[in-house]
Amino acid sequence: MKTTALTDVHIALGAKMTAFAGYNMPVSYSGINDEHHTVRNAAGVFDVSHMGEFILKGEGALDLIQRITTNDASKLTPGKAQYSCFTNEQGGIIDDLIVYCLPGNAWMLVVNASNIEKDWNHLVKYNSGNVEMHNISDKTSLLAVQGPKAKSILQKLTQVNLDEIPYYHFTKGVFAGRENVLLSNTGYTGSGGFEIYFENNHAVTIWNKLFEAGHSEGLKPCGLGARDTLRMEMCFCLYGNDIDDTTSPLEAGLGWITKFSKVFTGSSVLQKQKEEGVKKKLIAFEVEGKGIPRKGYDLCSEEGDLIGHVTSGTQSPTLGKPIGMGYVKAEYAKPDTKINLMVRDSSVEARIVKSPFYKQPS
Amino acid sequence: MVISFNSSPHLRKKSNLCPTFFKSPTPFREIMNLPADLLYTKEHEWIKIDGNTATIGITDHAQSELGDIVYVDVTAINEPLDKGVVFGTIEAVKTVSDLFLPMSGTITELNAEIEANPELVNKDPYGQGWMVKMTLSNLSEQSELLSADAYRQLIGA
Repeated sequence: MKTTALTDVHIALGAKMTAFAGYNMPVSYSGINDEHHTVRNAAGVFDVSHMGEFILKGEGALDLIQRITTNDASKLTPGKAQYSCFTNEQGGIIDDLIVYCLPGNAWMLVVNASNIEKDWNHLVKYNSGNVEMHNISDKTSLLAVQGPKAKSILQKLTQVNLDEIPYYHFTKGVFAGRENVLLSNTGYTGSGGFEIYFENNHAVTIWNKLFEAGHSEGLKPCGLGARDTLRMEMCFCLYGNDIDDTTSPLEAGLGWITKFSKVFTGSSVLQKQKEEGVKKKLIAFEVEGKGIPRKGYDLCSEEGDLIGHVTSGTQSPTLGKPIGMGYVKAEYAKPDTKINLMVRDSSVEARIVKSPFYKQPS
Repeated sequence: MVISFNSSPHLRKKSNLCPTFFKSPTPFREIMNLPADLLYTKEHEWIKIDGNTATIGITDHAQSELGDIVYVDVTAINEPLDKGVVFGTIEAVKTVSDLFLPMSGTITELNAEIEANPELVNKDPYGQGWMVKMTLSNLSEQSELLSADAYRQLIGA
């Protein structure tokens, strides 16, 4: 099993560990609920170094990215990033990713750990030969420092003014005495914060300095369990659950990152799907009865007809009730539609709601 | 119950990488608690036998692996049941698990306290977090259950 530069630290801290995408990763430390509330109310650190990072360089790099991703990377200037998808020829999602525009015709693509090989092969297939590609995943660490107190904790460790980095912007600088740290105002929790990328040899120092700086503000280490409940309350998609090679970005509610002002793999299929309307839609629902939705459970109409299935579900720590995401036939996708969740042998009342479940206090 | 989480058996190996303020006094995981007066199943239930009645719950190891428990749903009460049948389910934030009856008999009582406070199962799995009481129909089955030492070996604690 693969490890991150911090695996030994997690084990030493007594984290509950699990195999995820081939990596030995922390699921939780103090408990999923406690870590979840910590991120909503203070700040937490997630080691997400299993994520993949590719560097693309050269004159043709933008053209390659434009041809294989759904969002419009030509809108980016150095220091800006965007959420995007790789799509296949059928318009299905190969992966979701973040595209970072670096200075000097260079780009960084951040992809899911489980898809590193698939994404790399996809890039190779479409690279007509003039784009230099580097897979830096194995030597790059990534910590997500998330929560309302994340920025003030991080600010103690750098001269870079973090207030000058808006959402989906980033800069490189000295952090915790270490050079060449990429500070990105991004994250997957809905509680704000930064994601920081650096070389593996800085990992233990940066981790320890973060906790020295954040101890007084309640900073805690968090695992993949809380990362999952946090992203679910925001209705952020998890690859392999809510999106995969057979679901299109339009079906997944990712029309906002699907730009038909350019041609990309599968764009003609998706254009047609947009004109004709999608047949299924990813929806969010709250369970009104007793039962927690889990991936694969059936969703039925009020009349009892099968209309779709659950892709993600949990007991929401913030709402204190069961929530889920799933695909249903498009005619059932309107908010406030009553549906039934099939929990083992029984049918439990549920209701489609507007996403997200959680709204960050302003 | 069956634990579906794929956990590492090497959870508490110490190293020097840990920041000092994490080392004590509150480690994230306690040393596994296994009372000697209980019997255990391979599916991580415990049973306390008192004459021909018994109290049943899940082990400290089980609650720790499941994480935050949301509720316990017991579906089979006041009917004779065979050893090994699923008598309910336990829902945690992250996963769901079946509960298996350690011995044959009839469930007579549910713990109403854990309905309102499911976290009792996490906090006190052998005490306030008990799940059901039952009458036993075949006392000889207890020879098939695990002692605390045998269960400790099973979970590698």
